[in-house]
Amino acid sequence: MNLLVAQAQTIEAPEIDYGALAPLLIVLGAACVSVLLEALLPKHQRWAVQLVLTLVTLVAAVGTLILYATSDRPEQGVATLAGAIAVDSPSLFLWATLLVLGFGSVLLIADRSVEPGGAFVAQAAIRPGTVQDRAQATKTGMQTEVFPLTLFALGGMMTFVAANDLLTMFIALEVLSLPLYLLCGLARRRRLLSQEAAVKYFLLGAFASAFFLYGVALLYGYAGSVKLSAIATAAGGTDRSDTLLFAGFGLLVVGLLFKAAVGPFHAWTPDVYQGAPTPVTAFMAACTKVAAFGGILRVLTVAFENTQWEWRGVLYGVAVVSMVIGAILGLTQTDVKRMIAYSSVAHAGFLLIGSIALTPEGDAPGVSATMFYLLAYGFTTIAAFGIVSLVRNSDGEATHLSQWAGLAKRSPIVAATFTFLLLALAGIPLTSGFIGKFVVFSAAIDAGLTPLVVIALVASAVAAFFYLRVIVLMYFSDPAPDGPTVTVPGAFTTIAITLGAVVTLVLGLWPTFVLDWAGTGTFLS
Amino acid sequence: MTWVLIALLVVPLVGALVVAFLRKDDKKAKLVALAFSVVELVLAGLLWFAYDPDGDRIQLATGVDWIPAFGVRLQFGIDGIALVMIAVIALLIPLVIGAGWTEKLPAGRSQGGYLSLILIQEAVTVAVFAATDVFLFYVLFEVMLIPMYFLIGGYGGARRQYAAVKFFLYSFLGGLIMLASAIGAYAMASDELGKGTFDWETLVKVVSDADSTTQTWLFLGFFLAFAIKAPLVPFHTWLPDAAAEAPIGVTVIVVGILDKVGTFGMLRYLLPMFPEASKNLAPYVLVLAVAGVLYGSLLATGQRDMKRFLAYVSIAHFGFIALGIFSFTSQAGVGSVSYMLNHSISTGMLILVVGMVIARGGSSLISDYGGMSKVAPLLAGMLLLSGLTTLSLPGTNSFVSEFLVLIGSFPTQPVFTIIATVGMVLAALYVLWLYQRIMTGPLRGDALLGAAAGPGAVGDPEKKTTIGDLTKREIAVLAPLVVIVLALGFYPQPVLDVITPTVGATLTEVGVTDPVTVQEGK
Repeated sequence: MNLLVAQAQTIEAPEIDYGALAPLLIVLGAACVSVLLEALLPKHQRWAVQLVLTLVTLVAAVGTLILYATSDRPEQGVATLAGAIAVDSPSLFLWATLLVLGFGSVLLIADRSVEPGGAFVAQAAIRPGTVQDRAQATKTGMQTEVFPLTLFALGGMMTFVAANDLLTMFIALEVLSLPLYLLCGLARRRRLLSQEAAVKYFLLGAFASAFFLYGVALLYGYAGSVKLSAIATAAGGTDRSDTLLFAGFGLLVVGLLFKAAVGPFHAWTPDVYQGAPTPVTAFMAACTKVAAFGGILRVLTVAFENTQWEWRGVLYGVAVVSMVIGAILGLTQTDVKRMIAYSSVAHAGFLLIGSIALTPEGDAPGVSATMFYLLAYGFTTIAAFGIVSLVRNSDGEATHLSQWAGLAKRSPIVAATFTFLLLALAGIPLTSGFIGKFVVFSAAIDAGLTPLVVIALVASAVAAFFYLRVIVLMYFSDPAPDGPTVTVPGAFTTIAITLGAVVTLVLGLWPTFVLDWAGTGTFLS
Repeated sequence: MTWVLIALLVVPLVGALVVAFLRKDDKKAKLVALAFSVVELVLAGLLWFAYDPDGDRIQLATGVDWIPAFGVRLQFGIDGIALVMIAVIALLIPLVIGAGWTEKLPAGRSQGGYLSLILIQEAVTVAVFAATDVFLFYVLFEVMLIPMYFLIGGYGGARRQYAAVKFFLYSFLGGLIMLASAIGAYAMASDELGKGTFDWETLVKVVSDADSTTQTWLFLGFFLAFAIKAPLVPFHTWLPDAAAEAPIGVTVIVVGILDKVGTFGMLRYLLPMFPEASKNLAPYVLVLAVAGVLYGSLLATGQRDMKRFLAYVSIAHFGFIALGIFSFTSQAGVGSVSYMLNHSISTGMLILVVGMVIARGGSSLISDYGGMSKVAPLLAGMLLLSGLTTLSLPGTNSFVSEFLVLIGSFPTQPVFTIIATVGMVLAALYVLWLYQRIMTGPLRGDALLGAAAGPGAVGDPEKKTTIGDLTKREIAVLAPLVVIVLALGFYPQPVLDVITPTVGATLTEVGVTDPVTVQEGK
């Protein structure tokens, strides 16, 4: 007994910098409250209360983040919770990105005017194809667990990008992934497709997590610590076995690349993007990408910066494969959601270029460029999926490309907005997509990756074809007589689409503010 | 006077906005668009007088910071070459609007939308020529594609979707590769100066001192973009499709204006920024240029479709222009720049006249016509005149420039020049043969007599046909061009005075001197 007491006294509670962690704590705390509300509130009140709680949470988190970022904080950042979480300038930028993109996604998730009752199933437990299933499709209720799940996923993403050791990172990875697996299976219509997507994502995601964990174990064996900085120190000139280091690195990176949907680890992406409810697809495409690349950036620049010459060639190849897969397979798609999925694989390749753009002197010009790209891409994607959710026929969303023919005749504004977003995805100047590509490519040329940039440019040109094809369909083809109609969007979807399109335009015209902000600081090492 | 330049950029955009709101009322839309384009023409005239040929390299410079993080500025200014190109844009747009006055648009399309796109295209193209920041130039170079993409795809012929996408992808790819080179130049500047900039004059100073390997790579990036745009053989295949599918006014803009960005880029960017590489690679470019002259001429001769014919004629002419640019003499350079102007006027006129032929017959196949001069003598005369200026008959504007190119290229590149001269002979062949098939002989052809007449049928010129001669509106459109063609044919001095100093400055930047002294004028 005495022994236990003595031991307890020697463990000191770690320092917690509440100011720095406030946004994260608010999101995770609200997620817990949200679960309780789900249990305690009567069904008809849940949607409104959950929605208000979620939006207020996100706004409050952004508010505290701005307060902290503008306060007199240490410039290189702080490591808090015994060094498990690093709150530095990139963390803050990525948090802000995640929160605003999350806000946009929540608006899409909450919308119940496009589809009566929302895009989510009324009762997830009903078997697809049964009488009950057909009945639920017309019910106005929905599983409001969507809101706490989204908040948990968002909290996990925020922890992921700020995790300063690999174990925290793994926990964060699971916290962000598990809600997403569930969310994927909750589509109101096409339940089988949705459930298939969820299972596929879960199985492959579980594998990826296993890879990640195995990598962590090997790296622990190598460095004797899971802290990123300790791995960097260990790798900087020791006589330990390189096999452990590189095997560990390889497995770790596979796990990360899977989450980021970088080819050739992209196999889940088209199926899951297609099957998941469209607001969830938007959330995944925007926020998961930010989280995964945030993690990749931190791991590469903090832990593996001084071994870059050993791994750079490998990731170089992965980037090429990803761009080629995304651009070429995107050409053959006939479903608009799958097309955007392949486009996201190509974009992941571009983002990876920015992530590996480290100079021999140890500068990482690619970090701020990649972060800018993530923000720009996220907004464009959310707005694009928002528009996808509007084009519907009696079966739900009309995602087959042939159904989009002649859309401009019937809904000129929707077609024009979608065209603008597609041009942004293609990287045409005066959109944020172009500025993003520009900063990433100039960082890469700075870091001596010119051939990779040329490949990327050619891939962009190839990818431009499938974006153009949609524009051709919408503008220059005659509409099918029994084609889909465009639902007049409710306030939430309208706000989300407008937000995405406006940010895409503003960042294309005046990117300076965000570029400056993204470039304010480096990772805490 | 910098306000003139700014006004030139803003006026068509305002016009486009106003016209876009007049989609319900076609007539009003046409009048308003025409008014704005005439204002633009007046402004271009003012710009001409504001420019001082013996002044600074870049004049009327004006700009504001855009993206300070990369030293990118919205920076505009003109030199003699840009001035000439802006003037010709301002001249052609009102004529294009006038020529398309009664043209039928595809069902469901309004004049408001069409003219609004044309005015946007005008603004962006003027901006491309006026930009003096390399980043801004790239941005406009790509943005320029978007209105044109919708013009071809929305208002074109049967295969318009294919043509629009092909046009876009070709140019977009070229532009992207140019972007890589531009970033490379930027990286060099930031290494050397400690802070990055895209300012054209600064980049010229920094990059032109680079070693020749670096220059070669950067050169190739820019060259690909310009060779696609110009277009040089073998990067030309988008042009016949685009020209054939676009409505006739848009064809004038593609061939007469957009393509000039390519040759303009060679003069403004390739030569001054990469002098070493330009000289080293000149023989290869010249091979493409001369191949273009011959290939374009031969294929023009063999075309059955009038609009594709026009595209191949232009490809041949771009070969001449590139020949003059890469011969590095001031005569050939001046010849090339005046060729850029005269090609816009001559070919623009030829396209407009062909458009009038097609508007009457409703077909662009040459074999659908014959003996048309019997029913439309004025139109025949105009086709002959525009054809003659296209084949560079002495006394017309094109002769001056083609002659200057050939005489200027001969001292440095005798072999290429001699081969290119064959192109002049072929030009006479394809132009006169076209004229002969459409205008001379007995009245015949499905387009003129109707398909019911059957093959080989011959019409009676005495009998009333529905084919009429030029209307007053068409005469008003062509008259200014006739005047300019003849005026510049006999007295090209005002134009040559404007461009000679700029070409001289460009050649100084390349670091070449003339083998023979240039005499003012010819």
